[in-house]
Amino acid sequence: MEGLSVVAANLKVFLQPSQSNNLTLAIFRELSALLFKYHDEFDGVLLAYNVHAPENKGRILPGVHPFIAVRLEAKLLVFSPKPDMLLEGKVVKVAEESIHVIVLGFSSAVITDEDIRNEFKYKTKHGQGLYVNRSNKRHVIKAGTMIRFVVKSMNEETLHIYGSLIPANTGSIKILEKSSEHTNTESVTINSTPKKRRSKEQEGVAQITEHGSIVKDAPSHNNYDREIKKPRRS
Amino acid sequence: MGVEVATNYAKMEEDISFTDSQLVYSFRLALKSVSSGDTESYSKLVDVMNPSGRLAPDEAALLLTSTKALSGAVADIDDLHHEKLLKAIFNLSLWNFGPDVIDALLELIVLLAASNGKHVDSCLDMLVSNFTPPNKVLDMLKQPRGLDKKERVLPRVHAALKNISELVPMAASRLSSIVLEQMPWKSKRNVDQWSMKRQLIYVENMFKLESGAIREFVGANMLKDVMIVLRDLDVAIGWDDILHDDSSKGVFMIELEDENYADGDEYADEDGKLPSTLSETSLSKNLTAELLDSLMVQTFEHLESSVSNKRLSEVFDTLLSSFKDTVLNTYKSKFTQFVMFYACALDPEHCGTEFASELIDMFVGGHNPLTRMSAVAYLASFLARGKFLPPAFVASYLGRLVDWCWQYCVMHDGDMNPKLHQVFYSGCQAMMYILCFRMRLMVEIPLLKSQLFCMPIDKIFKHKLDPLKVCLPSIVEEFLKQAKAARLFTSSKTFVFEDLLVSNLSRDFGGLERLDMFFPFDPCLLKNADRSFIRPNYVYWKYVRTTYHEDIDDDDEEDGSDGEVEGVTEFDDDMEEVIISRSYGDNDLEMDEFDYAMNKMSITPRNNSSAGLRMPSRIRPSMSPESL
Repeated sequence: MEGLSVVAANLKVFLQPSQSNNLTLAIFRELSALLFKYHDEFDGVLLAYNVHAPENKGRILPGVHPFIAVRLEAKLLVFSPKPDMLLEGKVVKVAEESIHVIVLGFSSAVITDEDIRNEFKYKTKHGQGLYVNRSNKRHVIKAGTMIRFVVKSMNEETLHIYGSLIPANTGSIKILEKSSEHTNTESVTINSTPKKRRSKEQEGVAQITEHGSIVKDAPSHNNYDREIKKPRRS
Repeated sequence: MGVEVATNYAKMEEDISFTDSQLVYSFRLALKSVSSGDTESYSKLVDVMNPSGRLAPDEAALLLTSTKALSGAVADIDDLHHEKLLKAIFNLSLWNFGPDVIDALLELIVLLAASNGKHVDSCLDMLVSNFTPPNKVLDMLKQPRGLDKKERVLPRVHAALKNISELVPMAASRLSSIVLEQMPWKSKRNVDQWSMKRQLIYVENMFKLESGAIREFVGANMLKDVMIVLRDLDVAIGWDDILHDDSSKGVFMIELEDENYADGDEYADEDGKLPSTLSETSLSKNLTAELLDSLMVQTFEHLESSVSNKRLSEVFDTLLSSFKDTVLNTYKSKFTQFVMFYACALDPEHCGTEFASELIDMFVGGHNPLTRMSAVAYLASFLARGKFLPPAFVASYLGRLVDWCWQYCVMHDGDMNPKLHQVFYSGCQAMMYILCFRMRLMVEIPLLKSQLFCMPIDKIFKHKLDPLKVCLPSIVEEFLKQAKAARLFTSSKTFVFEDLLVSNLSRDFGGLERLDMFFPFDPCLLKNADRSFIRPNYVYWKYVRTTYHEDIDDDDEEDGSDGEVEGVTEFDDDMEEVIISRSYGDNDLEMDEFDYAMNKMSITPRNNSSAGLRMPSRIRPSMSPESL
């Protein structure tokens, strides 16, 4: 999954003198207040921090409100999803018009039907909505499925992500990884693939170009597809 | 497939049927066309979503169909272009509709919140505003029809909140602040009948959130908010409404005087006859007090339900922290603290211990003198008044208190100075207050008696800091009287306390906020809360057996005490419990009998104590099997 990074940061925390009796706790409290919110300075959402206790105590700043300024060195885990990044999340609801996903347990993502590739067809089973891949019936997206999707945009204030399932390297992670393994094995043993499946996958590749989406770090199995195809044609 | 729509809506002709997806498609078109300037279909849609008055069946069906179709088109609803539509949706009151429409509307709200982060707050706002019904429904909430509506709406609203928090996890963090913002009763506002009813049902919803599926995220905040409301109402009532604070009256006198008042009051409440409430004077017509009373009852009931759900310890932890934040330092908070009292009564072993330990830790290790003085006043009052606390428990905390006071004496060699040593004096006063209520019980148990006699109490009082001259005279007087009778002080020096009655030194250590006079668990003046919940767990001064009463009324009490002695020998395997029950009466004591006894009692401490003694022996036949 993209969008996660660990950054080393030099921070300065301003504390009230009343908190000077327990500095560590006060520092943790200040930093915890930053968690799960978008900050321009970090260019993302702070998910976790690891702070080294300051060796030198803070300095009292002169002024009307004498705050203590404490310099810190911290390692921060920052989540900063950008357009076209590949994210992973758990599907919580599937409706005909949208798929709702939770990323990292806190950020809500929505993929509207316009951003779901035509390969997927909406069905209802036992009153539960699901999207089934027309070419691979085992590729099902329903509540509880872990999926990989592409970021279209993000609302920084509400941490709401708008995603897309248009690129072929998106969908149920389990299926994507299986097919990746499968194609890997195929390329080694030069096993023949059933015609139907290959042609469908090719459709998927074609679709990418059709929609003009740029896929970063596209998995290599697409290339294998092409490699396998060539000998067949010949 | 799908529901066929047979309404003449928008562009649909009467004789044409639409499938669900066609309808969704046409709605999407209508929504999209707004940005290009074509608002005809959109305006009709807004009209449908803005119904007025009672809906005819076909109108309800139209609303239902439109809502379902809109759910499919939420992705196209934009907060800029479709402001009117959103406003119309968020203004709908679920209480006006049938279950089908409510379900469809809530599905729409959930999808709106999940589809666009900008709608989350408005959706939560809308759901929270539906915690309370419109006025016409509010009126009939006690009737079956009203209850039916309530059952129809509220569980669905809470289910929707749960759904939203599942789809948008961060929504739960905003819910708490929205609930607080929409609270019907705001401080500094007068309570009327409507706001009272609204507040009651609102708090009921807060408790539902506290015990519901999303309690993990909002539960603690809900409890804290309820405590803040209780505290604010408490403060709004005002101490002056109840008592005319007169420091010349002792703390015991105040309780007794109240009883006296109830005795002599010809307008006394016939069914209530509370021993110490001034319900007929100032509080009865006070809607704020009535509201607080009802909310307290609601809170107590919620505590009871959390016992049955085995969540009390979890709830208590939150209560304790919010008590420290909101109640502890509130100037003479009168009622809110009884939430803690009742929680402790429900589980004395855990909650009671935790509460008392926290208070003594705050007193011993705190920094702020006012907080420390409040904490020790709470501790003293709690240990004195909690009927559910065994004497050994009280003795252990008393021991810590005495130890601290003695350590203080050892470390400070100065002369009496009420302001400088205010924390010490408040500790001494607390110690005496506890002993006024509990000395007799402790003296009766040999182990506790030896513990008590080993405590350096007399050394503390003989120290140069001279706490007896500073503490509240009525407490000092009562304490010395009991100590003398129990022969607590072994030394030959007698304490002279007559002069203290005119001394006003206690005012000095209490400071402007008069913490010297503050005993937080003095009788609860709220009628319903006291009657059904507090009273069975509460020690009234009237029923306290002092150490000196036998010396005075020995002959009168012979019969009664004989019976009690028998009781002890019979059930000596559970001695403490028996002693408590025979001293204070029993939980099963009939309320009416209790009230009668209360009102017939005389008011002076001596006669009063003798009257108090008759009670247990009189009701003994009915309570004996229970104490087994």
